[in-house]
Amino acid sequence: MGFVKGLKCRECEKSYPKEPLHVCSFCFGPLEVDYDYDGIKKILSKSIIESRGKTMWRYQELLPIDGEPTVGAQVGYTPLVKADNLAKVFGVDELYVKNDSVNYPTFSFKDRVVSTALTKAKEFGYKTVGCATTGNLGNSVAAQAAQACLESYIVMPADLEQGKVIGTLIYGPNIVKVRGNYDNVNRLCSEIADKYGWAIVNVNLRPYYGEGSKTYGYEIIEQLGWKAPKHIVVPMAGGSLITKIGKAIKEFVKLGFIEEADTKLHGAQASGSSPITTAVKAETDVIRPVKPNTIAQSIAIGNPADGFYSVKSINVSGGWAEDVTDDELVEGIKLLARTEGIFTETAGGVTVAVTQKLIEQGKIPRNESIVICITGNGLKTQEAVLNKLGEPKIINPSLAEFDAVMDEKMAGVH
Amino acid sequence: MSVTVRIPTPLRSLTDGKDEVNVEGENIGEIIENLEASYKGIKERICDNDGQIRRFINFYLNDEDIRFMGNLETAVKDGDNVSIVPAIAGGN
Repeated sequence: MGFVKGLKCRECEKSYPKEPLHVCSFCFGPLEVDYDYDGIKKILSKSIIESRGKTMWRYQELLPIDGEPTVGAQVGYTPLVKADNLAKVFGVDELYVKNDSVNYPTFSFKDRVVSTALTKAKEFGYKTVGCATTGNLGNSVAAQAAQACLESYIVMPADLEQGKVIGTLIYGPNIVKVRGNYDNVNRLCSEIADKYGWAIVNVNLRPYYGEGSKTYGYEIIEQLGWKAPKHIVVPMAGGSLITKIGKAIKEFVKLGFIEEADTKLHGAQASGSSPITTAVKAETDVIRPVKPNTIAQSIAIGNPADGFYSVKSINVSGGWAEDVTDDELVEGIKLLARTEGIFTETAGGVTVAVTQKLIEQGKIPRNESIVICITGNGLKTQEAVLNKLGEPKIINPSLAEFDAVMDEKMAGVH
Repeated sequence: MSVTVRIPTPLRSLTDGKDEVNVEGENIGEIIENLEASYKGIKERICDNDGQIRRFINFYLNDEDIRFMGNLETAVKDGDNVSIVPAIAGGN
């Protein structure tokens, strides 16, 4: 038995039963899961959590399902890497990388939201699921729907990176490629959910789906020894993750698992798709949609549904937001790989480069703890660094030729 | 000008269950006023107290978000399609 009381509108606070609803029928505000925190407090403790399996489901009572997880039982509890080499480059004392590029089963933080959403879809009795995706979500819905024996429909922009398309096709879903950007796809999926009545995870299952992101925040805190860091830098697409990390911190304070936290949440976007950072920098909460133009496709959302709440989360926490060019994000990908051995996708390059910028700007003091959120794997977006890494030398299997390579190296040729 | 307006589920209780309705008007603002004249109470759901379209509603004229056009002043032509779509979660 779960601890969900129902759904509540984030705008007008109107209550709704726990059903597959996502917008308030009066003001169209997003619906949010409403928990019985007193009930959770009575049965959940840090030691109970620590005694459980190393998956995101160790925080099960704080997730919106009624029974045991039926989809994605192995998702989560990814490494929090102490990134001393990168810290040295940045000139900071304490730096960590929360590495969801190795999440199970599809190498992105989307595995968390999808296992939550599909478990809920099964509870609601759906047989067909789907999503609007810029890649990672499609990978995860296709994979986990296959595991759950659900039919899936993945709707994506036609120009997605090949790694993400193949990483979806392999699981045998129905794929529809749309001529247009993610915002066009998102709108289409909203209309599909309305007409076909399928469980589109990021549309009509949205309140439940989004809750899976909280586990990313819980894990950071638990892995730091039940302590919230001073700074967390989060990539922003639709803007949901940063708000859910903020919610995770508040819930752990509410449950008494950590002291009052003063974590600053910082948002990261690519300059070619930066409606949220633009709003933060202009000190407004009005999000002006943009037409994305960046290689960081996984966060290329010009009309971010959670943009308003992202700005609020950043401002309330005392954080800031920045964006970086495509060249800067590629340097970010290379820097993380060469210092910490972690190959991230474009969104991760954005987050690394933005972190560097915030440190240089003094928005993040060098002596305070920092966590960089890496949410997806670079093997899916190899196009981003293609032709930017140099060409390896080709030689015959001859020691003399190898010696020549070494001579060139010593001479500083490469 | 007569345009077809696609009505999302939460508003269909006001349009007698119809998912599409035909409305007259020269621009989006007039379309909303004329929707209200035919389906009382719908404007209050679509617009906030300042008469602006609510933060969590997207309006599309054919395939374009009206915020890239003239917002409420965006002109419409005969036979255009207008969609009212609740904002939804972004997901990558």
